[in-house]
Amino acid sequence: MIPLNDEQEMVLNTVRDVVRDRIAPRAAEIDSKDEFPWDIVEVYAQNGLLAPLLPEQYGGIGAEYLLFAMIIEEISKASPSAALILIAQADGFLPIHSRGSDILKETYLPRLASGSLSAFAATEPGAGSDILSMKTRAVPNGDHYVLDGRKCFITNGSIADVITVFAYTNPARKAKGMSAFVVEKGSAGLAYGKNEDKMGMRGSVNSELIFEALAVPVQNRVGEEGEGFANMMETLDGSRLFAASQAVGLAQGAVDEAVGYARERVQFGGPIASLQAIQFMVADMVAYTEAARMLTYRAARLLDEGKKRQITRFCAMAKFVASDTAMKVTTDAVQVLGGYGYMKDFPVERMMRDAKLIQLYTGTNQIMRLVAGRDIFRGD
Amino acid sequence: MWELNSSQMLMLESVRRMSREVIAPAAARIDREGVFRTDMADMLFEVGLLQIFLPPAYGGLEQDRCLMFCLCIEEVARACASTALNLIIQTAGLFPLVEAGSREQQEKFFPRLSEGRELIGYMVTEPEAGSDVAALRSRARSVEGGYVLDGTKNFVSNGGVCSLASVLCRTDDGGLSFFVLEMETEGVVRGKAEDKLGFRGSNTQQVFLEEVFLPSHCLVGEEGKGFEIAMRDFDATRPGVAALALGIAEAAADAALRYAVERRTFNKRLVDHQAIRFMVADAWTSIEAGRGLIWRAARDNDRGRKNTKLASMAKCFCSDTAVRVASDAVQILGGYGYCKDYPVERHYRDAKLTQIFEGANQIQRIVIGREILKEEGRSGR
Repeated sequence: MIPLNDEQEMVLNTVRDVVRDRIAPRAAEIDSKDEFPWDIVEVYAQNGLLAPLLPEQYGGIGAEYLLFAMIIEEISKASPSAALILIAQADGFLPIHSRGSDILKETYLPRLASGSLSAFAATEPGAGSDILSMKTRAVPNGDHYVLDGRKCFITNGSIADVITVFAYTNPARKAKGMSAFVVEKGSAGLAYGKNEDKMGMRGSVNSELIFEALAVPVQNRVGEEGEGFANMMETLDGSRLFAASQAVGLAQGAVDEAVGYARERVQFGGPIASLQAIQFMVADMVAYTEAARMLTYRAARLLDEGKKRQITRFCAMAKFVASDTAMKVTTDAVQVLGGYGYMKDFPVERMMRDAKLIQLYTGTNQIMRLVAGRDIFRGD
Repeated sequence: MWELNSSQMLMLESVRRMSREVIAPAAARIDREGVFRTDMADMLFEVGLLQIFLPPAYGGLEQDRCLMFCLCIEEVARACASTALNLIIQTAGLFPLVEAGSREQQEKFFPRLSEGRELIGYMVTEPEAGSDVAALRSRARSVEGGYVLDGTKNFVSNGGVCSLASVLCRTDDGGLSFFVLEMETEGVVRGKAEDKLGFRGSNTQQVFLEEVFLPSHCLVGEEGKGFEIAMRDFDATRPGVAALALGIAEAAADAALRYAVERRTFNKRLVDHQAIRFMVADAWTSIEAGRGLIWRAARDNDRGRKNTKLASMAKCFCSDTAVRVASDAVQILGGYGYCKDYPVERHYRDAKLTQIFEGANQIQRIVIGREILKEEGRSGR
């Protein structure tokens, strides 16, 4: 399908072992207890999985996007919530890695590869899909900026050691007036609101962050003033690829459960797998999952090849196709398992709850269609 | 299209007020705590909603019982699906007694099901017999003076809180037969309560029948007639499940619309974006279409016409609608929709069950297809 080299195979084998031994056995518990799985962060750190995208000089393995996409996919087969830790981590460090100064990179990236957590803070109560309507301000004051504002739904928010925050330095200039800053946990003026109680993706932390006259040193500005929005958009291309990979893994996990159950469950004198209605459902589930996987890998390849012209469109398309697929496949998996599927003794109801988030976060699927649709009509 | 008389309007208005003022404010907590609420069941008895299918002498409705049953379920479900489910379970449970019970049985049990405010379960499903009812294994062996019941019943709604149940077992003739069961009878063992995705305020439990002796007078109707009674029971309750789904869909659609007119993005109301406006249009269209199916299925049931096809169509269509509309509602509310501070994620979790219980939607399609072929004078087997 997609040829991998020995090193990539080795990494994926490690991931499969970690998933089998450490993540899959914890998945139901992470969901039911809704506790952030620190043990899994430790496993990631031990196995070099916290920041594989980073170059070796910063403690990563210089993984291509494709390999990282496959890592996310493997983990998501068992626990999309555990995979989300790595996605939020990448969302947090990618802006620093792509546009940060050398000092900023040397200060923060090695920490993030070895055990510290990061977060990406853009969304606000009044600025979700419409991110340019954000209110958070960063006002220059000598050798620092003064940060004021409120962010919500921030993944890893209250547990992150390093937060990449987006704020207006010049609101009048809109997209060209936004800048990114690195804020450390424990900074004076950083307060935490509540962590959200969510339908799914439980165990992952989503927090409100409040900045009150928080002083950020000028050297913690990521890139130049006004580069924040461009940096955010580039990061979101990657983030959408990761969400697509997460959705593909989740869909595959649900397919495996449904197929396994349909083989075993006997009704009307035979396994329900012999019923046409079930065969057609499962055929659709597998076909759409494979199609979503291919589109996702295509987007990953484009990112790796730096095909700027096509990246945004393909990442957006992969994200909505894969997450719509995951939603349909997990819902059908519950249907195949019937009454059992609706109970927490089986994993498919959790998968269905998890799937819904992927249609919403890192740009709702409505925004994904907007991005792709506009890009298509803009012409090549 | 169809008119209700003034007393029916009055009844609906009071159910609507109760749902809005008492049940709706409790719904989030009922979901969160996941505990069956006896006070809610008592209130449903108080206003007569759990007695609709009983004869008028016991608080039942004189006319249009299936239609009123559906309209009341819809109102309660708009507030709290878990609470509304009681109407369906109680009706399914008492239906065999209403339809086939002896005079002695009716005189004994109907007072308990009305003034007595006792809940009655409906025990059909088994671990190996879900969609395939004919595969059920629970036995009722004939013995001196009665029967001995053995088997396991799964997913029994109100199984942990009911004092009575209608239980379907295989009798010596090889057919299926209904029995009325006192849950306190020796040998009736309640298993664990299920931990479910949604409908968390409803009780679902396994019940084991271990050498349960029942005197002959507990047989409801004739031996071997149980399957037929169960099918007629479905004709009455499936429109109710459709109404349950419709209520959930309406609750989700209302919440989504309220949010979409308040929330502003890109300098306009969310509802002014075409992508959102179309979702709203689709939701309302499906809800109205579903309502039409429910009315037709219920009206036919009330007039004694065969409504099997319409009942299945209503159940299938409305539950599919509920899942889609609730999913779209979460989507419209975005990140907020995914959090428990807003009701739509609960509506979504609740909606999924309506595609599964009282016959999975795959079974509904089998039924619909078979009925169409029968009407066309062709074999539907």
